[in-house]
Amino acid sequence: MSLLSPTWTAIGYLVAAVCFVLALKGLSSPGSARRGNQIGAAGAVLAVLVTFFSGDLRHVPLIVAAIVVGTALGVPAARRVAMTQMPQLVALFNGVGGAAAALVAALELSGAHGLPGGTSTGSASVAAAAGAFTVLVGAVSFSGSCVTFAKLQELMTTRPVTFPGGPYLFGGSLAAAVALAVAVVVDAHGTSVSPVLLLALAVVALLAGVLFVLPVGGADVPIVISLLNAFTGLTVAASGYVLDNVLLLVAGTLVGASGTILTRLMAAAMGRSLTSTLFGAFRAGTAVAAGPGEDRPVRSGSPEDVAILLGYARKVIIVPGYGLAVAQAQHTIRELADLLEARGIEVLYGIHPVAGRMPGHMNVLLAEANVPYEALKEMDEVNPSFSTTDVALVVGANDVVNPAAKTTPGAPIYGMPILEVEQAQQVVFLKRSMRPGFAGIENDLLYDPRTMLLFGDAKESLTKVVNSVKSL
Amino acid sequence: MDGIALLTIFVLAVFVGFEVVSKVSTTLHTPLMSGANAIHGVILVGSIIVTGQTDSTVGLLLGLLSVVLATVNMVGGFVVTDRMLQMFRGRGQRPVAGPRPTPGSGPGPAPGEEGTR
Repeated sequence: MSLLSPTWTAIGYLVAAVCFVLALKGLSSPGSARRGNQIGAAGAVLAVLVTFFSGDLRHVPLIVAAIVVGTALGVPAARRVAMTQMPQLVALFNGVGGAAAALVAALELSGAHGLPGGTSTGSASVAAAAGAFTVLVGAVSFSGSCVTFAKLQELMTTRPVTFPGGPYLFGGSLAAAVALAVAVVVDAHGTSVSPVLLLALAVVALLAGVLFVLPVGGADVPIVISLLNAFTGLTVAASGYVLDNVLLLVAGTLVGASGTILTRLMAAAMGRSLTSTLFGAFRAGTAVAAGPGEDRPVRSGSPEDVAILLGYARKVIIVPGYGLAVAQAQHTIRELADLLEARGIEVLYGIHPVAGRMPGHMNVLLAEANVPYEALKEMDEVNPSFSTTDVALVVGANDVVNPAAKTTPGAPIYGMPILEVEQAQQVVFLKRSMRPGFAGIENDLLYDPRTMLLFGDAKESLTKVVNSVKSL
Repeated sequence: MDGIALLTIFVLAVFVGFEVVSKVSTTLHTPLMSGANAIHGVILVGSIIVTGQTDSTVGLLLGLLSVVLATVNMVGGFVVTDRMLQMFRGRGQRPVAGPRPTPGSGPGPAPGEEGTR
């Protein structure tokens, strides 16, 4: 019942592949990003339709039902998730994609109808190797993504998790996985691979994925999500090789390549090298993380004190962080900024590239609150302005303004570019508690005599400050 | 298709992938990652093919599981990326894309309170 000839199938896949290239191209620039994403979605729908009409497929009603189930699970999750929790949702989507690719490769390897190019043993071995790679890396991507999800959702500690022998266990599990993958290739000289062997490979690879992500500190998790995203892309490419499907090969390779570049760009934006992100905790441990004494005095103020500081300033720079987003205080901060501007005060937003939980996350959140785009200043642009600023208002941020990134070699964030709020005349922190930030390190700036702290939920504190400014 | 042809396509696609994203601002890192994530959801094509060829019950069940997972990746990925990018419209320079031909969300401003700033 195949309606499409192989030629039309190939043309359909080619059009879909072009759509994916245009999608990535479009997503790289603000003006065309949304259109790009829509082109990508159109390409994906086309690819699925072509697949249905081009092969002799059995179980079509069941497959359609499974697609309906998947849509019913995915769309509401994507629609309803709070923008603050979006990074972990992306991680989860990535993980299930990796799992799907691993299943596809495992089924194809263990299937009874043999591998493509089955007549010549050479290309069958290559296909078996690609299949084993898909199962291995797909499983790593799945379990790794689950751990990143747990870290971001704070189901587990966001600190690096290390234990004695951890690196050896990781290395050992990876070596075992590779050995099993080789065994799969050898076993594939028959027509199909034993399911037990594939299961063993998947289980060991799942373990390796967990051990791979556990030692990564909270602040570095986004980089790992991006890396696992590239991994999943490569598994999809390899599964394209196994299935002799050019579209999967092209789409997976595009994602793998662009994901690798994106991972490096993200790491550069955070001033981290990829190796220190992944293996930093193995070497450094958490020795530096234990900060100096907690009982140093801090200067905490009332909302009225903060209102007076702000209301009689000439220039205020707001530094929003993840805490602002968690408290859903984007709209309140904008109200405060509007009030201050009405008093003739210059208000800017200093946006750290990794404010929030992922590069660009904060821009999304503030755009949601209709903060004018012109007021959002990127780090390099805003840093020279701090020395002429009266008040730097830090809302729910910590690591991105921590001078330890410049002054304390060995701190987990050392070398990360920061917003230089310490240059401002006064610094006001709105914080929930003295708890350290996502990277888990102490911030000396909190104890500086020019720093005032206002404890409490960011939204409640801001609402009080807004009311106090109104009555000035 | 023979191995060399596939290898050629692979290598060329690597370069295209490097090239298209080499100059992207930090603002777009998150949506780009999410969009790329949705694109690899096209593994759904592989899931459909494998499931459609299987003749064992276990194979069918695992195949259908992979169809569900791949669909979640693909559909969810594109929807969440679109939601993210929706936030970027109506700011600064020119609004992002005039007509928005999303079938689901309908024409005009989204049902939220936000117009064009």
